[in-house]
Amino acid sequence: MNPTPDGIVFWTSGFITLNGTIVFTWFVMVVLVAISVLASRNLSSGKKISRWQNALEVIVGTVRKQMKEMLGRDDLRYLSFVGALFLFISLSNLLAVLPFYEPPTGSFSMAAALAVTVFFAVPVFGVAEKGVGGYLRHYIEPSPLMLPFNIISELSRTLSLAVRLFGNIMSGTMIVGVLLSIAPILVPLIMEALGLLIGQIQAYIFAALATVYIGSAIRSRAAQERKNRQKTSKGEDNG
Amino acid sequence: MDSVTIVAAVSIAVAGFTIMIGSIAPALGEAKALAQALSSMAQQPDEANRISRTLFIGLAMIESTAIYAFVISIILIFVNPFWTHVIG
Repeated sequence: MNPTPDGIVFWTSGFITLNGTIVFTWFVMVVLVAISVLASRNLSSGKKISRWQNALEVIVGTVRKQMKEMLGRDDLRYLSFVGALFLFISLSNLLAVLPFYEPPTGSFSMAAALAVTVFFAVPVFGVAEKGVGGYLRHYIEPSPLMLPFNIISELSRTLSLAVRLFGNIMSGTMIVGVLLSIAPILVPLIMEALGLLIGQIQAYIFAALATVYIGSAIRSRAAQERKNRQKTSKGEDNG
Repeated sequence: MDSVTIVAAVSIAVAGFTIMIGSIAPALGEAKALAQALSSMAQQPDEANRISRTLFIGLAMIESTAIYAFVISIILIFVNPFWTHVIG
């Protein structure tokens, strides 16, 4: 039994192996690019917009609104990064309804690659926002004693991000595989539907956690204080 | 018993125990978090969006403990390093 798409080998030559993960990732990329090109071919800002544009606007608008609530401001740089992660994971899990397709996110190398992009994006965005010194200062923020713990947490959260995505998607594929051998009629369908739901939740969680990590890296003390002040003044208004 | 049998038996048994014990605590924790979130949402429906967003992130954090246990048991069954060591 193959719980991960790594085991499906299409072509091999020397040390290069073209396995299912790579091929299915290419497939997802092609679908994503094709949909984006089709949808953004004739954009209009008038009252009459095409159905594709409407669908894409709903998705982008929702992601943007969620991120604005989490980060506390509207920033298109983070939107493009996190939105791309969300769309890729979401679509690659959703396409599991197709026959002969296994979600590439169910391979540990794919999940680890996605987590590593977040691992590198966080310091890049942090440095771009606060400068090198300002970013490095948050490692010793409560006190320099916390330096090793901050570094370990940076590494362990990347690992947990990767293992969470991999474990959830792979377990979905595997439960269907086990059920196919003990109750092959209709029963795997239920777990397949549950797997689709879990895939969407995992895509949301991956994007949300990436936003939280980026948000913790770019949040400056001044902005935090401003936010707190707003909150207290709002509370006084309500009271 | 030769070492191959011992490694196989111990690996299979421990894989079962790992997922058994490793799923109890996250299940209880998730149930508690969900119950608390539901009662908070019933008390403050206006904040339902914020509560459910935090709930989802928190559930993912709690769930990762169970996922670790699951991955360990999968490793013990499918890509067991001790098994390959004994066989090879």
